[in-house]
Amino acid sequence: MSMTKSLSGWGRWPVRDCQTIPLRVDAGFGDGPGFGARTAIARGNGRSYGDPALNPDMTVEATAARRMLSFDIETGELVLEAGVMLADVLSVFVPRGWFPPVTPGTKLVTIGGMIGADVHGKNHHGAGSFADHVNWFDLLCADGRVRRCSPQENADLFHATCGGMGLTGHILAASIRLQRVGSAWIRQTTVPVPDLDGAMEVFETNLDTTYSVAWIDCLAGGADRGRSLVYLGEHAEPDALEGTSRSDPFHLPPRRRKRMPMDAPGWALNRLSLRAFNHVYYRAGCRAAGPGIVDYDSYFYPLDSIDNWNRLYGARGFAQYQCALPLSTARDALLEQLDAISGAGLGSFLAVLKRLGPGAAARPLSFPIEGYTLALDFPVSSRALTLLDRLDEITIAAGGRLYLAKDSRMTQSTAEAGYGAALTRFRTLRAETGASAIFQSLQSRRLAL
Amino acid sequence: MIPTQSPVLILGARSDIARAMAAEFAARGHPLMLAGRDPTGLERDAADLALRHQVAVSVHAFDALELDAHAAFFDALPQMPRVVVCAVGVLGDQDVDVTDPARVRQIIDSNFTGPAHALEVAAQRLAAAGGPAAIVGIGSVAGDRGRAKNYLYGAAKAGFAAYLSGLRQRYIASDLHVMTVKPGFVATAMTEGMDLPGPLTSTPEAFAKQVLRALDRKRMVYYVPRWRLLMGIITHLPEPIFARTKF
Repeated sequence: MSMTKSLSGWGRWPVRDCQTIPLRVDAGFGDGPGFGARTAIARGNGRSYGDPALNPDMTVEATAARRMLSFDIETGELVLEAGVMLADVLSVFVPRGWFPPVTPGTKLVTIGGMIGADVHGKNHHGAGSFADHVNWFDLLCADGRVRRCSPQENADLFHATCGGMGLTGHILAASIRLQRVGSAWIRQTTVPVPDLDGAMEVFETNLDTTYSVAWIDCLAGGADRGRSLVYLGEHAEPDALEGTSRSDPFHLPPRRRKRMPMDAPGWALNRLSLRAFNHVYYRAGCRAAGPGIVDYDSYFYPLDSIDNWNRLYGARGFAQYQCALPLSTARDALLEQLDAISGAGLGSFLAVLKRLGPGAAARPLSFPIEGYTLALDFPVSSRALTLLDRLDEITIAAGGRLYLAKDSRMTQSTAEAGYGAALTRFRTLRAETGASAIFQSLQSRRLAL
Repeated sequence: MIPTQSPVLILGARSDIARAMAAEFAARGHPLMLAGRDPTGLERDAADLALRHQVAVSVHAFDALELDAHAAFFDALPQMPRVVVCAVGVLGDQDVDVTDPARVRQIIDSNFTGPAHALEVAAQRLAAAGGPAAIVGIGSVAGDRGRAKNYLYGAAKAGFAAYLSGLRQRYIASDLHVMTVKPGFVATAMTEGMDLPGPLTSTPEAFAKQVLRALDRKRMVYYVPRWRLLMGIITHLPEPIFARTKF
């Protein structure tokens, strides 16, 4: 039975009343993939930032399909329903010595969502994106049939679905490959760098390091432009650990949960408070420079320990911005974007820079391309939206693109310029399989995906 | 307390409350037997529980309405359970059900006759085997006072509550503990599409945790505290007033 819910993405903007229905895989799909509505979109845990998991006609809540089905201890193959949370996979399998091959910056996402956004992590330069580690998935298609899709079987559908934001069908179950790790801990090295060139040099000389990511101070201007803390990481083997961790390398002490109890007032985040925060954060990073051992939870998911951290940006919500820039143009484009940001006086707490490895040409809407990706977030305001339009221009002029999982406001022409012929291919596949008539989100309508 | 290696049998294992309780027992290390009318539909649940909690989980066909088969069902189980949870029940649709004799019988039998008989058969075996054992019957606050909205279901649940109370008294001197659980609103498939009041609604997972804690403490009748208060008031309203309210 369906019911109306007021839904948004993680950025809490936009918000819409949507008909919702839980995805109950046992009940069968007699009403077809629209569940009685004209159009529908699947939704995981609602961690995409904008409007890709919103459809007022019918939003299918995949979190109801959350069973793990089998695990092969020889190969690491895990079969599960699409609504299983990554957090559950971690809590079950890390104590047994297994880890997801690719993880985004939050564990509060579903496996179906990870495939739909073809998420990447701090190891993209070496490991590729999540779909590179998917054996197959079962897809409920527009004709009401469930198809097994893999790189060998229904390959076009497989590739279009990885990164396809739920627009090819509803993912019901998937088979993914986990990797063995030596412990639940990460050997982290913090490298402070004074400017963007310094950061890029650390990335380029560490392409054989498993994990790398940089926090970038986007309010620092002039000579400090692009000053960053680059975090390098490797899974720690037990002999790198001390005390009880060495004998019990997969056990982590329970983490204290924090909570953002209410919306921050609009004035709390301003140029001065951000500048002060960034300054203190950078100095603290410089003092902590060098190697250290961190548990995987703090390393990969620092914000997950604060419930509802999205309230930090106040009741109006916020917009994430994430672009990928080709290697050849990345440096100049990043400098131009940093100038535009500090020129507008709109800093971002979470400014993250990351080196991307080769993209997946076969997957039309998969976001990563070889080069750099910059992620920022801004409270929604007319000034911020103007700035984001300017950042779009720089991204597109540099031959880059925006991440659909973060987007709430780009234009159709920006999407077309960013994804080019691949988007045309995606649209053709959607039309040919009947998907475009049924699988729609507010984002797909906005961008004519 | 029931030792964690004791097997737990769940009757009506497809319901969301039953699944959440199964997960809670499995997380403590109990081996599980899941029983329901459609055992193949339970296979995925069994796989999930076994994988997540590394306990043995088996699946069994059980129809609460087949009273004659209950004894054979228990005797054919691979091991004798030490805890039996009965989550069998059907909410139905009051307005339709009362007009159809077959459905009236089905609601009464699914919520009262079948569960009562199955637990009678279970109690004899648990008590005879000796050692700590428990029966957990899932009733409903709907059984505390008949309301226009669901009095057929409520009447059956009231009967089930009286049955459990008697069963408890009968075995009070033994090691068999009988606990009645009265859920209020729980966000489940049964209540899907209903507009439930947030403060009075729990998730199946949170509810299951509370039920297991209540079982640890050998509570006899377990309500969510807010519901105990609310139902305390509702059951004490004089009939002339209650009859005119719109709960």
